[in-house]
Amino acid sequence: MPAAPITVAEKRTESKNQRLTGPRERASDRSFRWFVEGFGWLIIALAVTIGIALAIGSRLTWSKFGASFLWASDWDPVADKFGALPFIYGTLASSALALLIAIPLGVGSAIFLAELAPRRISDACTFLIELLAAVPSVILGLMGIFLLVPAVRSVEPTLIKFLGFLPFFKGVPYGVGLLTAGLILAIMILPFITVIAREVLLAVPRPLKEAMLALGATRWETVRGVSLPYARSGIAGAVFLSLGRALGETMAVTMVIGNTPKISWSLLDPAYSMASVIANELTEAVGDLHLNSLIAIGLTLFGITVIINGVARLMIYRVSQRGAA
Amino acid sequence: MKSTYRRFISLVAAAIFSATGATTPLAAQTVTTINGAGATFPYPMYSKWFDEYHKLHSDVQINYQSIGSGGGIRQVTEGTVDFGATDGPMTDEQLAKVKGKILHIPTVLGADVPVFNVEGVADLNFTGPVLADIFLGKITKWNDPAIAKINPKAKLPDAPITVVHRADGSGTTYVWVDYLSKVSPEWSAKVGKATSVNWPVGLGGKGNEGVAGLVKQTPNSIGYVELIYAKQNSMTFGAVQNKAGKFVKADLASVSAAAAGAKIPADYRVSITDAPGAKAYPVSSFTWLLIYEKNPPEKGKIIKDFLNWMVDKGQGMTQDLSYAPLPENVKSMVKKTIKTISSANNAGGANNGR
Amino acid sequence: MNGYSLRRKVVNRIMFGLTAFCALISLSVLFVILGYITYRGLSSVSWDFLTKLPKPIGESGGGIANAIVGSAKIVGLASLMGIPAGVLGGIYLSEYGQNKTGFLIRYAADVLTGIPSIVMGLFAYILVVIPLKHFSALSGSVALAIIMVPVVLRNTEEFVRLVPNTIREAALALGVPQWKVVLLVVLPTASRGIITGSLLAVTRIAGETAPLLFTSFGNPFWDNGWMNPIAALPHTIFTYAISPYDELHRQAWAAALILIGFVVAVNAGTRILLRPSTGAST
Repeated sequence: MPAAPITVAEKRTESKNQRLTGPRERASDRSFRWFVEGFGWLIIALAVTIGIALAIGSRLTWSKFGASFLWASDWDPVADKFGALPFIYGTLASSALALLIAIPLGVGSAIFLAELAPRRISDACTFLIELLAAVPSVILGLMGIFLLVPAVRSVEPTLIKFLGFLPFFKGVPYGVGLLTAGLILAIMILPFITVIAREVLLAVPRPLKEAMLALGATRWETVRGVSLPYARSGIAGAVFLSLGRALGETMAVTMVIGNTPKISWSLLDPAYSMASVIANELTEAVGDLHLNSLIAIGLTLFGITVIINGVARLMIYRVSQRGAA
Repeated sequence: MKSTYRRFISLVAAAIFSATGATTPLAAQTVTTINGAGATFPYPMYSKWFDEYHKLHSDVQINYQSIGSGGGIRQVTEGTVDFGATDGPMTDEQLAKVKGKILHIPTVLGADVPVFNVEGVADLNFTGPVLADIFLGKITKWNDPAIAKINPKAKLPDAPITVVHRADGSGTTYVWVDYLSKVSPEWSAKVGKATSVNWPVGLGGKGNEGVAGLVKQTPNSIGYVELIYAKQNSMTFGAVQNKAGKFVKADLASVSAAAAGAKIPADYRVSITDAPGAKAYPVSSFTWLLIYEKNPPEKGKIIKDFLNWMVDKGQGMTQDLSYAPLPENVKSMVKKTIKTISSANNAGGANNGR
Repeated sequence: MNGYSLRRKVVNRIMFGLTAFCALISLSVLFVILGYITYRGLSSVSWDFLTKLPKPIGESGGGIANAIVGSAKIVGLASLMGIPAGVLGGIYLSEYGQNKTGFLIRYAADVLTGIPSIVMGLFAYILVVIPLKHFSALSGSVALAIIMVPVVLRNTEEFVRLVPNTIREAALALGVPQWKVVLLVVLPTASRGIITGSLLAVTRIAGETAPLLFTSFGNPFWDNGWMNPIAALPHTIFTYAISPYDELHRQAWAAALILIGFVVAVNAGTRILLRPSTGAST
């Protein structure tokens, strides 16, 4: 560092060889920034284009039914009557069920791996759980049909016997249905929640934790009082990422949800998800209104994803304002 | 850190380039690929035929993907394939949407059978109206008098019937509901016939496998699958009463009998469900290839050659795979139709981008 | 005081027992999956299976060689398109993206990851297949690349963000231009995380079926170039699995084993290649 203060004039002449802290940017830096910004815009362009393509591809449906398409529950390709409500219900219900199962399991596992297990074991286990995330959905679908469905079918009679007074557990033990779909979605999103939550928990600054321990807290109290609040927004992010994954999951769900477009309170009844009906009927939809209605469901799914992400962003923004993240 | 990074990148690049480079086994000769898409039901037959044809003509690859009859119709309309295949013939409306003319060429015969899973019952008779009422949800128990009447010896349980149908649209469904529409006015009015319908009751399985799987695993269930499938998987299926009043079980003979009794129009678009004839099985069907009348020169030549081979040699291979061959009168009609396929230059839709 | 602290200790033990149990459940799910696939598929894997073309139904001895090669080609091309785009976008987000544009990009990326892969396939169908009037390996790669980009993007942003500012400032203080700092200092430091994430994205698209149904289409023979349909492993697994033939089911399990084997191998390989050489951790 120069011993004497530099005058403004001297600063300007040295500008070519020195990095300035002022607002001037080099040409090479600016072009680099534009270059990478371009790829960012590519993402935005993709999302917008897909949205537009979906909207154009479904215009017949919207012009014929209007917004009532979203709460109509008839799906009749022969009579050309279409309504998306059963599929919206199926998707939301199975995803909610999956989150209900996967969040406690995932966060619990993450706490164990981040706080309690020795580093070596934690790394090994994390690797294994990441493998679970990598299992392709087609393969999970196979497992669903051959293992999960029979297993659920054998458990369902017990559920009906003991919990049948609740509307959630009435019905016939088919094996396929909302419950099985929720379970398979839970398997799919569990690793995401676990791994991301673990990363976030590991990133909690040590001094914070050590301060808590120094005050005499137990490890669990430290987790509860320091790590979890600190990691809250990261975990929320993980949850929303997983929700996104669950909403769009196609193959595995199609094989176990029962493919029946009916709405019912019972978890044991078959249902139908938005992604599944698109997968099942897209290749065969011959009528224009049928095809448009399927694309309209795609657009609805797109819309729900946009809304959920909006809410997530808002939440994370609020949390970061409070300084907890 | 940097060297690991670099090492890794070069490994990946090497892998990709070697994969791309090493897999040009076709570079030695020019191969023509002909793409087709459509019905799942005749897929085993078609895959055998195309494989045999490739053995005879190693410079021709006919690539057939069974995405479903509706898919075949749609891709043929869009012009993204060189031919299509369907179990349910195209309607006049659908034909009007295609640029150019499409020919329906029948290839083999098949049948839908009612598979069921009822403990202690190995054989059942069904009539058309009974089946329609079951699938309408009007007959809900196995020991319903309507079923008991036609099965005096069977021990039918007092259990609810679980109906299973296809979740995806398909030619198999088309044949089934086409039959139900003919034998039940209520079905025709309420549900109708198409590759995808609004099922009043039942679980949806994906593909033949999905339906069979559900029926196999769900006690007291009933569904419909193709005959070949039921046989290959040793599933119990019932007999159906035909127009002449006889209860017939589906097999090669009864399916062929259904075609024999039918009047075949010039464009081959005919439904042979509920066919007349004492030996006919009532839920039988032709399956068709959808061929453009006008094709680009090279492909047109190959397609014509294949179709001729199919009528002559291909028909001899059907029985091993449990498909019924075309009746003789149909074969001679088809040979004449093949001659009208042209391989001139102005083709229907499938000639761009080659 | 004593009773209270005892209770806290017990609670501590219980909670950690519970969390260990959670981890155990997660792990056992994985083992059940891997074990069952191996059990169903191992006996069918043979050298023939890996190197021969499929045979029509009714004949035994078919293989999935074209599906393996086909997958490699489609995924390779998709990665060549998707990884650079995602990484560069991720760099933008972490280095320059604390503004409205960055917000929009993150939002768009999250939305894209939520779109069902079959819709991506439909989009690629509209974009590539219909104009070219042809199903092709290229359209399959495009569909997979679109799926890949947002995943790689978010992952890159995260790991580049984690690079401590001290490293950046040190390089800047030495007079290195900003863009060189990013490419030659920050990026290599974050490379472990980026590569891991990219590889996970690769294995993810390697297992995708739905987008390929309408793009790469499938092909029982060796492929005839990028502009023609091509076979792919997950597509073959799916087609065989929903077929009515036990012979094909057997092959489906074996193919599933190959696919899972690939996924496990890549994941394990990543770990070995990127074993920390120093104490630095992300």
